[in-house]
Amino acid sequence: MKTTMTLTGLTLALLASTAHAELRLGASLSATGPAAFLGDPEAKTLEMLVEELNANGGINGEDVVLTLYDDGGDPNKARTFATRLIEDDGVVAIIGGSTTGTTMAIADLADGEGIPFISLAGAVSIIDPVREFVFKTPHTDRMACEKIFTDMQAQGTTVIGMISGTDGFGASMQAQCKDVAGDYDITIAADETYGPGDADMTPQLTNIANTDGIQAVLNPGFGQGPAVVTRNYAQLGIDLPLYQSHGVASNGFIELAGADAAEGVRLPGTALLIADILPDDDPQKEVATTYKAAFEEQAGQPVSTFGGYAHDAFALMVDAMTRAGSDDPQDIRDALEATSGLIGTTGTYTFSETDHLGLDLSAFRMLEIVDGGWSAID
Amino acid sequence: MLTSKWVQLAVLAVLIAALPLLFPSGYYYRIGALIFVNALAVTGLVILVGWAGQISLGHAGFAGIGAYACALAPEHLGLHPVVAIVLGMVISAGLAALIGKPILRLKGYYLGVATLGFGILVTMVLTNERIWTGGPDGMSVAKLGLRELLRDMGVRVSGGVFWYWACGIVLLIGAWLALNLYNSATGRALRALHGSEVAASTIGIDVPRLKLQAFVISAVYASVAGSLLALQNGFITPDVAGFMHSIEIVTMAVLGGVGSVVGAILGAVILTLLPQVLTVFAEYEQLVLGAVMILVMIFLPRGLLPSIAARLKRKP
Repeated sequence: MKTTMTLTGLTLALLASTAHAELRLGASLSATGPAAFLGDPEAKTLEMLVEELNANGGINGEDVVLTLYDDGGDPNKARTFATRLIEDDGVVAIIGGSTTGTTMAIADLADGEGIPFISLAGAVSIIDPVREFVFKTPHTDRMACEKIFTDMQAQGTTVIGMISGTDGFGASMQAQCKDVAGDYDITIAADETYGPGDADMTPQLTNIANTDGIQAVLNPGFGQGPAVVTRNYAQLGIDLPLYQSHGVASNGFIELAGADAAEGVRLPGTALLIADILPDDDPQKEVATTYKAAFEEQAGQPVSTFGGYAHDAFALMVDAMTRAGSDDPQDIRDALEATSGLIGTTGTYTFSETDHLGLDLSAFRMLEIVDGGWSAID
Repeated sequence: MLTSKWVQLAVLAVLIAALPLLFPSGYYYRIGALIFVNALAVTGLVILVGWAGQISLGHAGFAGIGAYACALAPEHLGLHPVVAIVLGMVISAGLAALIGKPILRLKGYYLGVATLGFGILVTMVLTNERIWTGGPDGMSVAKLGLRELLRDMGVRVSGGVFWYWACGIVLLIGAWLALNLYNSATGRALRALHGSEVAASTIGIDVPRLKLQAFVISAVYASVAGSLLALQNGFITPDVAGFMHSIEIVTMAVLGGVGSVVGAILGAVILTLLPQVLTVFAEYEQLVLGAVMILVMIFLPRGLLPSIAARLKRKP
């Protein structure tokens, strides 16, 4: 009797598991720690989207099960969690790596084990050289430099000063900007840096302002550093255009710097930031407004560019899994590489064998802060 | 005492050898390897903190030196990674001797702050010298090449399994050396120094020299741990030398029992495993870790292993 019951139980369990097949998706994000402002919206976005997807019937009738770990921004932990996702949780794909450091720790492993991996970090070194299983959604910092220099060129600017953070983001972008400046006939006459925790950048800005021939100032960095720079810039009364990076493309930056000081600051941002003022015929209008509304309702906090990266990574993954029609990592990777014209909040993605980022400069919008809000200038 | 040493080593060896029988997946080999690496660094601290009675809050700095030696030397000097490990040991030892001489004159909090400063300096250099270290984004580390060598000899092992055994063997050697030291004249002198510096110096112990020795030895342990971590991760960032990592190592030593090598290894086991077990409620991870520390400090002030061992002895 007992045996029969156990057998029946087993059969039922087996039936249930075949009827409710599931797709296992893994994520390792920096939801806490110094990079939490990246990882927190990313984690909330993924959780929200998975719930939404499963409520609507999943992928080809299969539920998506998300296993999410918080690596606290530590590459060593990220690698351990990636090992756990692949070896123990048996995921078929991984999203994550909020920072370049954590991404590089995961990428090596994912590529070696043949698990498709979409990173949410900026550096160009993630996808150049191209690795078979590694993709990413954010623009590279090099593209941000190019976008800014294009705008400077249009304004007739040829000599600029730079003040960069020494954190990963600032330092990487500083190097990339110096590298591409020549292509836009721009000379960097002053090159200053500040520590990510510094509370006053007046000396560096005074040095830049006193350099002969400076026509504009560029500040690669994220977190509170750029807000301090913007405030000091206004206090010193420097009457030159100030350019910030996409790292501060959020309403939090305007609040931190103060609307008066931030007035006239230009930076490259994504469509998500200006979702409400996009023209109706803009291809990204629908995606951006839908995600913005859903996220702000669910999380109770303003939408950020970084959450948008996670949104796009998930959209790419779902699209690839749907087309692959299997849970074989190799099939999913192949489908991912064949992605064409997928509209996300960051831009329109078209991957190829040689391009695992799939965005071009048009994905960036040049924005200007006017009256404490954003306006598009191209 | 001699038998006790071999018993401790034998238990450790059997545990390292037998545990893989229980591993359901490759992920557990990774955790095992991490535990061994941490335990190695903590063993170094046992010599410095537990026996010599000094404190270091900057030991991750030496781990950083060992790690970056393995990343930089093969790339820029063309050295084999194994030679790079030795180079890291030499640099760490040299640096420890150089800075140890002045700062080991300090006592208590002052020594803590001085070593803390050293650790932060190493992190800053690794973060700011972008041309060499790749800055905060980190840099790749060349492969050790031993696994390929094994493959040519007909033995195929996965990366996780290989590093489990490699780190396990290095930990065994490290524990053996430390236990030997404990029972040597130097070890006894160190413990005498811990008891009372004045008393130790009256019986002819060269106190400053001995402190320096303990500092250098523990720095070498941390350096090797850093090298092993860099080589198995294949990628390294300045976090390895960071303040949090220093604190982690000290906490492991104190939790397990800073006076005993096996206790320290136990501390490394617990504090490496706990965050993995607690992923289900990641938000409370820090809370649980803090509570565990406070409870151990209140109820088992000598650390888990020595306190429990003492209690068992009292009530046979």
